This record gives sequence, structure tokens and C-alpha cells, in this order.
Amino acid sequence: MQHTLIALVENKPGVLNRVSSLFRRRNFNIESLNVGRTEKSDISRMTIVVDSQSVEASRVEANLYKLVNVIDVQDVTNQPAVARDLALVKVKSSPEQRAEIANLASIFRGKIVDVAPDSVIVEITGTEDKIESLLELLKPIGVLEMVRTGQVAMVRGNALGVRHTFGAGNNGKQPL
Amino acid sequence: MKTSGADILWECLVREGVQTVFGLPGGAIMPVYDVMLKYPIHHVLVRHEQGAAHMADGYARASGKVGVAIATSGPGATNLVTGIATAMMDSVPIVCITGQVHAHLIGGDAFQEIDVTGITLPITKHNYLVTRADEVAQVVREAFHIARSGRPGPVLIDICKNAQTEEADFIYPEKVFLPGYHPPSHAPKSVMVKAAELIREAQRPVILAGHGALISRASAELQALAVKTQTPVAMTLLGLGSFPASDPLSLGMMGMHGEAYCNMAIQNADLLIALGMRFDDRVTGNLRTYAPRAKKIHIEIDPSEVHKNVRVDLPMVGDLKTVLADLNPLLDEGDHNEWLEQIAEWRTDSHERDILLWPDDGKLYAVRVIHDIWKATQGEATVTTGVGQHQMWTAQYYPVARPYQLITSGGSGTMGYGLPSALGAWFAHPDRPIWVVDGDGSFQMTQAELSTVVQEGANIKIAIMNNNFLGMVRQWQEFFFESRYSGTPMRGPDFAKIAEAHGIPSRRIMQSDEVQPALEFASQTSGPVVLDFHVEKEEAVYPMVPTGADLDEMIRRPLREADLVSS
Repeated sequence: MQHTLIALVENKPGVLNRVSSLFRRRNFNIESLNVGRTEKSDISRMTIVVDSQSVEASRVEANLYKLVNVIDVQDVTNQPAVARDLALVKVKSSPEQRAEIANLASIFRGKIVDVAPDSVIVEITGTEDKIESLLELLKPIGVLEMVRTGQVAMVRGNALGVRHTFGAGNNGKQPL
Repeated sequence: MKTSGADILWECLVREGVQTVFGLPGGAIMPVYDVMLKYPIHHVLVRHEQGAAHMADGYARASGKVGVAIATSGPGATNLVTGIATAMMDSVPIVCITGQVHAHLIGGDAFQEIDVTGITLPITKHNYLVTRADEVAQVVREAFHIARSGRPGPVLIDICKNAQTEEADFIYPEKVFLPGYHPPSHAPKSVMVKAAELIREAQRPVILAGHGALISRASAELQALAVKTQTPVAMTLLGLGSFPASDPLSLGMMGMHGEAYCNMAIQNADLLIALGMRFDDRVTGNLRTYAPRAKKIHIEIDPSEVHKNVRVDLPMVGDLKTVLADLNPLLDEGDHNEWLEQIAEWRTDSHERDILLWPDDGKLYAVRVIHDIWKATQGEATVTTGVGQHQMWTAQYYPVARPYQLITSGGSGTMGYGLPSALGAWFAHPDRPIWVVDGDGSFQMTQAELSTVVQEGANIKIAIMNNNFLGMVRQWQEFFFESRYSGTPMRGPDFAKIAEAHGIPSRRIMQSDEVQPALEFASQTSGPVVLDFHVEKEEAVYPMVPTGADLDEMIRRPLREADLVSS
């Protein structure tokens, strides 16, 4: 099963290296890792997806807290949350096939964002499942290139992620 | 007023209470050395930077303060690496300061430029690259705070040459602001009650005391817990000294070379109370069969250690001293006579196999020499060791009574740790007797520091258990590799002559009747002494739990009835 963790980290040089070095050092297998800016200029946000068959989310969380620059870690796996991944897919396409591809993309609320004589680029945003489904349909036509951002996630409303580590983080939520 | 980054560094070290630093200068750290003489801090010139890190480490363990090592960029910094890793594995608070090339040269492979923050990332608790003078004060303040608080560890500060020479306003930061760093202290009330319940119900409890008991200075609380609940105390190698070896409740050291009765007690326990220890493979043996009938309480400051090696029933994350102070009042007085009698029975068997009972055949046995050193020092010396057979024998035959009386490299098993760590410990307590019990292999790794010992006038007694082998590896070859002694026979130098070359009095001891005179000679000599004990070459450390075997599946010293003195 996949676990999704959100980590708030200090926006300082080398912090991504510290996090990825930790995963390598502890032999944690990461499905995806996304880093980006937040509403606060001094804080970056990471969305980390781990396969909890290989490592427990609570261990990843406890180890993240060993890094001085990690401010807060939440496990949002079983919480009401919005999770999104963005993919750009370059699909082999003769002019006759374009309409079919556009059609498929629109079913998944994707769209064609670039057209070349023998290919098109499809942009799709959504859950990983949704993107996988569209990819399955595009593969027989011919996927030339694909890039994905990895998952980003945010809990809905006032919901809170789970904090496994006692005493960690700032928010006073300390389940064991 | 503006002042140089180098001056700011020393001003901060003075404010942190640093009295001694261990280091070796070089190009990229010269501005720091250039202003050093203005400050009331003693600099110890090491002969190799590994020695500086080990000295800072030994100083930190012996003093309870943060040790400081200084090196230049490139090879100076990389020579620190073994010492930093040693401190990391054993959670020792040291701050390492390394020079770095000018900030605008970084990434250009300048002379002696090495990515030191990159190299030390996984072996430090935290590290810093300082590129501007105005960062120095804040970074030094944070580094000391991080090194000594929570689960301690090494922090490295890599300072670019321009940050040393450029000037900035010196504003000493009174407070540290680290938004992501909150070491836990109290454990929640709910787990306290549960713990008290588990302890009340236990019939065969054992306390496992680790290095955390020393770091947290929880000896008094540990003693109160053990005595009140009448629970025997087993210690890890680094936990030795947290509970007096002479106490009837002490089970001594656990694990691979632990006392047999100690490991038997753990395997037969119905409750383990683990205090500031991390269930290292050297103390658990086979994890699948480890203490199979025991419920497990784990009091530990680092949440990432909980469930890491052994799944426990009740984790209590917090500072050990604080948690025990909260927990002890909730406990009832216990009584485990039956259990203690059972352990005493196992203890009798161990006693019968004790080599100390063998008649004197004139030969030198390292364990007897170590026991004689214990007697000659009234069991009060601080003892440091290298790594190997002599280290395990010291843990077994130099029973200690106080925290950090034994200073040794546990987690990383760093040969060469003994001599430099002893010098560090001497600076912490120059009035206390200090002995290095070393092996011939370990000693040769850092013996260059003998001249540092002499230059500093340190009073350190050095006893080398010289068996012309890398003894522990030889023992494994004997037990597990059909005695193929590959790469282990070692022809050492004449250590007495090496000592003499340094102006250090020395003795070579070949047989048992020379031991007492040599120890008297050492105690009557006011400065350092080197004693080169030519011990039996193929002795083994017993008992031994082979790697991956069950903890109570020990290779025991053969019981040679004919050799036993009837008692």
C-alpha cells in the first residue's frame, strides 16, 4: 500500500539533498518525491509517497524528524485529502489520429497542449489512477515520451494528517 | 564594531565555555589559527586529524561537555571522518570546525577543496557550510546546541576562508531558533501508567541499560528503579558504569561477549525494560528468537529507534532521566527472589569457568593482566580502549563503578580510539588516573599521538596487550573460518623502543611474575608509561555468541576441571 507524507522543511540550500540522502542511507524506497514552494517564503513543502510494504510510514516520519531542517511531517494517507499528479505525454500521431487522441484526453479532462506533424503532447492532471488509465489507452497509439511531477497532496478543510511520532512537530498533535 | 569571522568564531567558542580544542592547522584554516593566541583556549596539536576527533570525543564523554576538533580543508577534514563517524555511532557531542576554500572557488576543484559537508552529511547530526562572516556566530551557537541536546552527536562547521577573514558585526545570539528541532523530554502520562502496570505484573524482569543512561545522567534514577522493583540490570558495552558493577543486582555486560548468566536472564525474562539503548545486533543475537517470552518497554529519546530492530510493546519517547523521575513514584516495591536465585545459579556456572581461577602457569593471559591493572588501580582509573579482544576483556575484567569510567568505541568499533580518547579524557580530569588498555593492532593505528601526550605532559598509562595478531579477527578465523589466519599475524615494533624514542619510560612484560613489578613501576612513575605485555597469542574472548545465533547459544570457555583450584 502507498503512504503519502507531507513534510514542511526549511527553505535552505541542501535540504533536498539531506532528505534524499536520508532515504538512500536508510534504504527507504520512495515512489515519488515532489518539492515546491509554499505560502511562506522560508518554508518548502515535500510530498513523499512511500510503499509501506517496504517501509512503515512511521519510520520514514521518525527519521525525517532527525533532520534539523524538517519542521513538520504528516501522514495524509487515510485522511480526507486532495492528491494530484500532472503528466505530459508525447503521443505518436498522424494528422488523422489527432481527433481520437483529443477525444480520449477530454474524457479524462486532459487536453492537447502541443501539436507537431507526427506527434502531440497531452497534458493530464489528476490522481495517479486516472493518469494510469489514460496512459493505458494511449499506449497502443504509441507513447514516445512521458514526464510526471509526482504526487502533491493537501488535506481538505480543517482535517489534519496523522503524526505518528510522539512529541514531534509544532502543532501539538501527538498521537503515539 | 566590525570584527573578522575568525575572531567571531573564537569569541563564540569562549562563550560556549570551551577551554581546550584539538586540531592541526593548514592553508584554509590559517586565519582562524592566526588569531587563536589572543583567546584563553588551549590548543592541542595532534599528529593526525583522526586523533583530534577522537580526543574531542574522549573529552566530551569524560567531561559531559562538547568536545571541539579543528582541521583544515581537504585531507585535514577527511582525516576527521573516522572520528566523526565514531562519535555519530556513539551519540557523542563534538563540534568539528574545518577550513574550506574561498566561497567563490567552491565547485572549481581548487587546491585542497573537498566537499566536506557532502562527505559528512550521513555521519553528522547536522552540518553547516559557512560562506559569510556574518553567519558565523549564529551557526556556532546552533552547532553547540544541536550537538549537546536531545540525542547528542557530532556537528560539523565548514568555514570558507573568506568568511574567516571578512569582517562582520559581532552579535552573539542569545537564543537559538530552530523551527524543526524539538528534542522530547517528558513521555505522556498514559504510557506511564501502562509501564507501571507492566512492571508490577512482571515475574522475571530485566533492565537493559544503554549509553542513554549515561548521556541523560540517569544513574540515580536507574538505581532507584532497580532497587525499588528489585530488578537486575544488564548493560550494553556503552552502558557500563550507569549501574555499579559491584551491586548484587548488576548482571554486567549483555550481548555477544556478555556474561552467560546475563544473556540467559534476558532470554528467560518476561519483561525487558530497555533504557536508552537501541537493540544493536551485538546485543540481541538472532532477532527472531530474542527474549521470546518478554514484553518490552523501550524508553528512548530518538523516536526513529523505536521498533527499528525489535518491536516493543510499550515505547516511551522522552529523556530517560525525566521519564524515570516521572515513572519511579508510580511503581510499587517489588520482590523477585525466585528469579534472582535462578540468575545466581547461572552465575555460579560462569564463575566456575572463570580463567582467573586457573592456577598461575607463568604465562601471561590478557584477562589476568587487565584484572591485575584493576586491582592495582583500586578499580578507580578511567580506562579507554581500542577495539578488539582487549576491549572485550576490559569490559569483562575491569568492572566499573561510575559513568564514563570506561571510554570505548562501541557502535563503530574504531581501532585506534584508545590513545587519543585517553588524552581527551585527561584534559577533562587531569587529576584522575587514566589507563589505555590497547591491543598491538589498535595501538599502531594512532600511536603517533604518543608525541602529543608528551608535548602536553599528560599522565597516561598505556598497557598494550600484545599478541602479534589482529586478535579478534584471528579468533573469528579460528571459530568460523577453520583457523585460516589470513592477514592477521602481525609483526609489531618494539613498543618499548618507540616509547623510549618519545622519552616515555616503558617495560616489556613476558611472564606472569613480571606483572606486579611493572604495575608498581607504572604507579610510581609520575608521567606517561608504556607497558608492553606479550600475552598468550591465541587466547579467545569467552563467552561468544556467534553472529546471528540465539543470544543464549554461546561458545563457552572450556571447563577444564583439572585446572580448577578447589575452592
